Amino acid sequence: MDKIAVIIPAYNEETSIAAVVADVHKASRESGLHYWPVVVNDCSKDRTGQIIAALECTAIQLPINLGIGGAVQTGFKYALLNGYTHAVQVDGDGQHPPGELKKLYQKMKAEGIDVMIGSRFVEGEGRGFQSSLMRRLGINYFKRLNKLLVGVVVHDSTSGLRMHNIKALQVVSDYYPDEYPEPEAVILYVKNGLKIGEVQVEMLERQGGVSSIDGVRSVYYMAKVTMAVLFTFIRLTFR
Amino acid sequence: MPIIQILAIAASLLFLLYIGRQIIKGKLREEYSFVWIFSTVVLLIFSFWRDGLEIVAHTLGVYQAPNLVFTAAIFIILVYLLHLSKVASRLHQQNKTLSQELALLKEKVERSLKGNK
Repeated sequence: MDKIAVIIPAYNEETSIAAVVADVHKASRESGLHYWPVVVNDCSKDRTGQIIAALECTAIQLPINLGIGGAVQTGFKYALLNGYTHAVQVDGDGQHPPGELKKLYQKMKAEGIDVMIGSRFVEGEGRGFQSSLMRRLGINYFKRLNKLLVGVVVHDSTSGLRMHNIKALQVVSDYYPDEYPEPEAVILYVKNGLKIGEVQVEMLERQGGVSSIDGVRSVYYMAKVTMAVLFTFIRLTFR
Repeated sequence: MPIIQILAIAASLLFLLYIGRQIIKGKLREEYSFVWIFSTVVLLIFSFWRDGLEIVAHTLGVYQAPNLVFTAAIFIILVYLLHLSKVASRLHQQNKTLSQELALLKEKVERSLKGNK
C-alpha cells in the first residue's frame, strides 16, 4: 500500500497546528489511505515546537528559519529517506482540508501523473475560498508566464497543495526554491520531464496566522517570483 | 619628506601589519586577505612614489589624477562586493543544507530514543 507523507510546514501556527494534524488522521481513517503527518517546524517563535512534539506525528524541528521552501523541502527529504511513495504539502494554517487529498491521489494514480496540484480554479469559479482579487490577478499572470515559457497551463500555480510521487520527490529534494516556491516549482517540474496534473479542490480561509503576502510585499512577491521563474527557466533550458 | 607622506606610509604599514595579525590569529582566511594585502601594497607604493599617480594618470590619458583614483577604487570595490555577495549566497545554501540534515537527524535520534523506552 502506498505511504503518503502529509508535509505540514509550520511557522507560528500554535493555534491551528493540532487541528490540522487531527484532520490528517481523520482523513486517513475515512479514505482508507495511509496518510502520515510530517510537521516541519520552521523555527517558530511560539509554542508550535512543543505542541507538535506531543502530537501523533513526525515532528521535524529546524534549528534556524529557512522559509517555506526550505521547510517543505526538509519534508520532501524526510519522505524520500523513510520509504514514502508520495508526499503532499498541506499548509499549517488549515487552508487545505486533508479530506480533499484523496482526489489528488486517485487522479494522479489513474492518469499516471507525477505532480498533482490541488487547484481552486480548474472548473472556472470553484466553490469554497477563492482569495482576493489582487491575488487572483497575480495567479492569472503566473498562469500566462508559465504557459509562455514551458507551454503548460497551471490554473492555480500559487497553490501549495501538491502531491508528489517518488520521481517528483527526487527532483524537489535536490533543488527547491526558498521563498515563494510554488510558481517557480512548476518550471522545475516541466523541465525535469515530470507530468503535472490539476484537480479541483475546495479550500478554506485560513484558520489562524496571517498571510505572508500583503500590500507592498505583493509587489516584491511578483518581482521576485518573476525573476526566479525566468532564471530557473534559463538555467534548466541551457544546462 | 612632507608630513602627509609620512602619515600615508605609516598608515599603510600599520594596516598591513593588522591584516597580517588577523591572518595569523585565524580571524581572516587567506583567500580573502589577498585583496587587502594587494590594495595596501598599492597604497604603500604610491605613498613612497608621490609623482607616481600623476604619471600613471597621464599615461592613461586621465586629466585629473584623483579621478583615476576614484574610478579605479570604485570599480575594485564593486567587484569585491559582488564577490562577497557570492560568498554569502554560498554560505546561505550550505547553511540550509546543514540545518535540514541536522533536523532530520534529530528527528531520527528522538524517534529511536522513544522506541527504546
